[in-house]
Amino acid sequence: MNINDIIKPENRVYTKPKLLLDNHMHYCPGCSHGVVHKLIAEIIEEMGLEDKAIGIAPVGCAVFAYNYVDIDWIEAAHGRAPAVATAVKRLNPENLVFTYQGDGDLAAIGTCETIHAANRGENIAIIFINNGIYGMTGGQMAPTTLEGMKTSTTPYGRRIDLNGYPLAMAPLLAQLDGTCYVTRQAVHTPAAVRKTKAAIRQAFANSMNGLGTSMVEVVSTCNSGWKMTPVQANNWMEENMFKKYPLGDIKNTVK
Amino acid sequence: MAKIIGAVTINQDRCKGCDLCVAACPKEVLLLQPKEVNNRGYHFAFMNNPENCIGCSACATVCPDGCIEVYRVKIPD
Repeated sequence: MNINDIIKPENRVYTKPKLLLDNHMHYCPGCSHGVVHKLIAEIIEEMGLEDKAIGIAPVGCAVFAYNYVDIDWIEAAHGRAPAVATAVKRLNPENLVFTYQGDGDLAAIGTCETIHAANRGENIAIIFINNGIYGMTGGQMAPTTLEGMKTSTTPYGRRIDLNGYPLAMAPLLAQLDGTCYVTRQAVHTPAAVRKTKAAIRQAFANSMNGLGTSMVEVVSTCNSGWKMTPVQANNWMEENMFKKYPLGDIKNTVK
Repeated sequence: MAKIIGAVTINQDRCKGCDLCVAACPKEVLLLQPKEVNNRGYHFAFMNNPENCIGCSACATVCPDGCIEVYRVKIPD
């Protein structure tokens, strides 16, 4: 069979979701943000929530998320996305409200807002991109940076005696009574991407059903910040990040 | 047994040449252009061994920029 006979609309099994706009993404080649954006667009399209979804964008690389996913977005001050999401969800309980935050936003400056929003059990979904580094500002150390990991502010590796321990946010939030679903996923292989999609879908469903706060942590790569190629970064993440941040559901009260 | 054959199209201008699809492909179909670049200077991906494609969508699933469309045909015996 000729290749032109295969490439026909009726044989199409996978295409870019309509909600993901044609704008050229500013992310570095191989960045995990693109995959998660694509998943969000796919899920919202499949759930039919195009008109009801409100995303709260963080400060960080994903600050331009409104350029790429065709839903309503609000740009929050640094770390304040869960606080903004609280207000939006309380005023519009019929809408899907989710935050999209990196580790500098959620685990550093926004720890207070994140923990208190989760503790209040706000009906929002939190998508947490954890790449262990401040990607946008040039690869400085973040709270989630691994021990011994080289960044531009810890050029000899993170030292526990000087910089403290890496912060695992998902188990922290799982302890709170307000959270209903806390999971940690990754997007480095096709199987992992499909699991992450199922996790985000459940988090969105929990938000719509008013069951409490859901948090999906996506362990990600920052190949530019880590000074690796995208494929090397995925391998490095599997070898090192997954030891400190093992994948899987940490809490799921919705069965 | 029915045979499944697939094909992919790659949006060359959108591709950033990150190599993730090449690593994800189980059949070694894809490859980055060794010399040619797109309008942004990236070595975009292309089908090097189109006859091996099974249309599994692994490449499209991991593509961060959504450049890949996958087509699949089932040929009965």
